[in-house]
Amino acid sequence: MQDSIEQLSNIVREAGRERRPLCIQGSGSKSFYGRVVQGATLDVTPYRGIVSYEPTELVLTARAGTPLAEIEAALASKRQMLPFEPPHFGAGATLGGCIAAGLSGPRRAYAGAVRDYVLGVRMIDGKGDDLRFGGQVMKNVAGYDVSRLMAGSLGTLGLLLEVSLKILPLPAEELTLRFEMAEREALETMNRWAAQPLSLSATCYHVGVLSVRLSGASAAIKSVRQKLGGEVLQDAERFWHSVREQQHEFFESAKNLWRLSLPSCAATINVPAIKVSSQQLIEWGGALRWLASDALPATIREAAAALGGHATLFRSTEPNDEPFHPLTPPLLVLHQRLKKTFDPHGIFNPGRMYKDL
Amino acid sequence: MKKHELIKQMLEILPAEAVLFEQEDLKPFECDGLSAYRQVPMIVALPETEQQVREILLLCRRENVAVVARGAGTGLSGGALPLSDGVLLSLSKFKRILSLDPLARIARVQPGVRNLAISEAAAPHGLYYAPDPSSQIACSIGGNVAENAGGVHCLKYGLTVHNVLKLRACTMDGELLEIGSEALDSSGYDLLALFTGSEGMLGVITEVTVKLLPKPELAQVVMAAFATVADAGNAVGEIIADGIIPAGLEMMDKLSIKAAEDFVHAGYPLAAEAILLCESDGTPEEVAEEIAKMQTILSRCGATSLRTSANEADRLRLWAGRKAAFPAVGRLSPDYYCMDGTIPRRELSHVLSRIDELSKEYGLRVANVFHAGDGNLHPLILYDANRPGELHRAEELGGKVFELCVEVGGTITGEHGVGIEKINQMCAQFKSGELQIFREVKLAFDPSGLLNPGKVIPTVHRCAEFGRMHVHHGQVPFPDIPRL
Repeated sequence: MQDSIEQLSNIVREAGRERRPLCIQGSGSKSFYGRVVQGATLDVTPYRGIVSYEPTELVLTARAGTPLAEIEAALASKRQMLPFEPPHFGAGATLGGCIAAGLSGPRRAYAGAVRDYVLGVRMIDGKGDDLRFGGQVMKNVAGYDVSRLMAGSLGTLGLLLEVSLKILPLPAEELTLRFEMAEREALETMNRWAAQPLSLSATCYHVGVLSVRLSGASAAIKSVRQKLGGEVLQDAERFWHSVREQQHEFFESAKNLWRLSLPSCAATINVPAIKVSSQQLIEWGGALRWLASDALPATIREAAAALGGHATLFRSTEPNDEPFHPLTPPLLVLHQRLKKTFDPHGIFNPGRMYKDL
Repeated sequence: MKKHELIKQMLEILPAEAVLFEQEDLKPFECDGLSAYRQVPMIVALPETEQQVREILLLCRRENVAVVARGAGTGLSGGALPLSDGVLLSLSKFKRILSLDPLARIARVQPGVRNLAISEAAAPHGLYYAPDPSSQIACSIGGNVAENAGGVHCLKYGLTVHNVLKLRACTMDGELLEIGSEALDSSGYDLLALFTGSEGMLGVITEVTVKLLPKPELAQVVMAAFATVADAGNAVGEIIADGIIPAGLEMMDKLSIKAAEDFVHAGYPLAAEAILLCESDGTPEEVAEEIAKMQTILSRCGATSLRTSANEADRLRLWAGRKAAFPAVGRLSPDYYCMDGTIPRRELSHVLSRIDELSKEYGLRVANVFHAGDGNLHPLILYDANRPGELHRAEELGGKVFELCVEVGGTITGEHGVGIEKINQMCAQFKSGELQIFREVKLAFDPSGLLNPGKVIPTVHRCAEFGRMHVHHGQVPFPDIPRL
């Protein structure tokens, strides 16, 4: 059982000495995401538990192996939440995996991403040292912002031990409205509405229907509803859960699942080779476009780049060597140097993100 | 390298009026907002294109000359303090708003654009740029990114790091970087987060793309007076426990209230030990609901009086005192020293009473202004630099306050940055392994170490010295250690 920092640190030191790669794992709920790592599995789920939670401070600190579900239940009991609505993708999803994957859910475009809510981390670096960055306070500019850097780094920079997060109160009320419209109109509408104070908290467009979630004080929701019209979606919680957890019917496709992160105003993807072979679900006010597609990776990457964004092969039908959008040469150099800084022996999830990282 | 030779080469990159080297021309650049530290640079360069920035950096890299970048010079931690043998790179000519897209809600601006100018340009579209440091009429967006600037609305709307989408920057090696994108995320590590708040040590920012938010329809503020600081602190916790995230939640103590009232006549209650300014914004319905809730909570928590802004002019008047708190306190004393710790809010009473004790011990008055919602405390230590030893005492008291913040689980700087000012306290906040990571992160971007050297990250030697003296004499060794 690796349930003490000392034990974890010893494992890392030993692996470093022997240049033996470690494959850091929580529940394994996101093991499909990224490249395949060769290495001894380091199970971090025994290192778990909420370290501190003070609702009036709006801060929660928990060990990396803590199940997200446990954290969300503790927050819900105080009418608070993780504002970035992280997808779990499995019953045992852990906090560490959530931070390392850096994935956010439907509220992201309106409330911010995982990295926006990370206040501090405690981690073991590649030398086996127990380090802390950031803290448990809302504002902290002492030193470089290493804790946010951990969000989305896929465990390639260190072994997360504890994470402190800013949390927010649950909205007093939520309501989801539906509108029938074509894709172009939906993209335009989502952007136009986001430029107005309308209490939006999620948007999703799929086969001719735009779903818009409002969150806020009940009086505000009422007045926005009058302004926007539309049809009220019953059981909206289940709908948003299905989008967040990719249990919506769109995600049942047998094709590759691509995640295109684009400027919210980017035009409809208009490449014939993509159009004929793809279905699409749009989130985040137009900034996140999921494609179930058989098109060639290069074609999709090119289309995403042309629109000012990037494409990730999120779930692949067969193992893929390059799930993430390639970095420009100067950024790749910086990535390599940062990797060396945090993990000089190259033992943390080597290759999970990029081949030589 | 000889100054003369460097000037000659710089004049091949820049027009004559953009290279300053005469003592009287250099003088205005000798300090930033932390005027206790002054150093005239060897040369000031005033480029106006990204290509010129790149060529200057390449030249200095080749000639092994250090470079300090500077925006509007409003920083409060000496991050833009020049080096006597270095080049000060002023971005003040980068003043253009390059594009503003109201539908996409983004603005692409040059780093020298003033914070407030972005909101002014966005206003016709019903949009604004949310982070609003008190210096927003003067401070520039490039400096805001370098310092991860905050403001009075951060709890609800975030810091600079939450409101920037993309940067263009040039490294000391002359490499042009595009970090982030107009999409909400990018592939690879979150270099945007790492760059934000890096205090000009990783690269020189040449372009910033910021998010714009819809301007709330209405904002209203409640001012509540309290007989004790503890009551006011408790009320802050209760408001948050009730599920409210106020747009602004500020506290001022008695001395700041008096200073502000004498200065701007905002109508603050002089008998109060503390006041809270609680702002709500949103749709009229939301604001009405939230204000009513806040009034109830504030009364329940023992507010001795409540005043709610009746209209926009009234709201601005109530805020005027808070926004002018620093200069107002400045009128009470020839000099003041502004601190910037963040603490867990529950520690407020303890920290303020400890500051009060320290104030008496050192014989210096301290006024406290507090971003209460996010725990960011600004004690202002009043002193007179002309009285022998007072600056030293003020700095020593300041050092104690920094350490107090760390002791209660907080940080030495919430929004002003480390710069040169808090470099010793970095040794108190971080262990050697953590500082070593900072050093290596710096070298990852700037292998030559020529970009803003000597700031933020203390050397091993400095920490050893600081720790040794700290332990042996029980006091912070400010006067004896050279600053650079």
